[in-house]
Amino acid sequence: MSNLQVSVYRYNPETDSAPYMQEFQIDTQGRDLMVLNVLTMIKDQDSSLAFRRSCREGVCGSDGMNMNGKNGLACVTAVSEVIKDNKLVLRPLPGLPVMRDLVVDMGLFYKQYERMQPYLQNDTAAPAIERLQSPEDRDKLDGLYECILCACCSTACPSFWWNPDKFVGPAGLLQAYRFLADTRDNATQSRLAELEDPFSLFRCRGIMNCVAVCPKGLNPTRAIGKIREMLLSNAT
Amino acid sequence: MVTNITNLGRSGLSDWLIQRVSAVVLAVYAVFMVAYLLFHPNLDYATWSGLFSQTWMRIFSLLAFISMAAHAWVGLWTVSTDYLKHTGARFAFQAVVIFAIFVFLVWGVQVLWGA
Repeated sequence: MSNLQVSVYRYNPETDSAPYMQEFQIDTQGRDLMVLNVLTMIKDQDSSLAFRRSCREGVCGSDGMNMNGKNGLACVTAVSEVIKDNKLVLRPLPGLPVMRDLVVDMGLFYKQYERMQPYLQNDTAAPAIERLQSPEDRDKLDGLYECILCACCSTACPSFWWNPDKFVGPAGLLQAYRFLADTRDNATQSRLAELEDPFSLFRCRGIMNCVAVCPKGLNPTRAIGKIREMLLSNAT
Repeated sequence: MVTNITNLGRSGLSDWLIQRVSAVVLAVYAVFMVAYLLFHPNLDYATWSGLFSQTWMRIFSLLAFISMAAHAWVGLWTVSTDYLKHTGARFAFQAVVIFAIFVFLVWGVQVLWGA
């Protein structure tokens, strides 16, 4: 018997007047489990627990949550990476409205993503087969296209907590730069115009929480800096 | 594009640039001041007054005051839009900050060129 103490954020708006933390004891049999495995074991004890999960291998981005104070994907985070004093504390992603237990309403996050028009725009006539790109130009998209929209970065960002309706957030800005950096896209001017106000991009204070938590090892702060350089060279 | 009317530059890009440039001016002014005080351990009124009677020092100081004013406007405007969610409270705070900056700036000019 090797018991792991797990404290889980519980909230059911239909029955609870306020959120509370519920304690569970999990027998790990000495193994270092992924946090998602622990959650499924808790669900065996209490089937009312709600959380999102799908691929369980860090590809779908469904199980982003706050584990012992740090955002990450439960499926690819080992308990040993986050545990403190033999205790695991699981909370929903911070800053977004909680729908139930560990499930948050991602509406604002997706709205900001949509605002960045995350699709290729090119008003020149389409070539017969496809728009070609040199290998060097294609390399510019590395570190940008891999985002899985798990929202770990944006919900770790205080600027997004305070102004989620106005600040695009690191995830959306990484995608904005993914299309600004793409040589096949020619909507650069309208994309930059959308980001020039004091909130959309410039509310980033460069604290790099996004970089610290990204489960895919991406760097939104760098992308934001690149957009800032493009805005500056465009306007001076 | 998110609209805004009470920030200094009417644009995030210009606010950001103002913040960076004014920070450099303030850093240079602060380093100069500390160095000047270190090189004049027994500073008396005549030397201090002599420094500020020179035109270059008045221009340098006014530049630092204007930089301080712009820096404070951009910075405190940002703080108010982060933390003050009630529109009335936020606008009142911004109005007080801008008024105070105006008073301090005029006062600074009076100190530099008055008496």
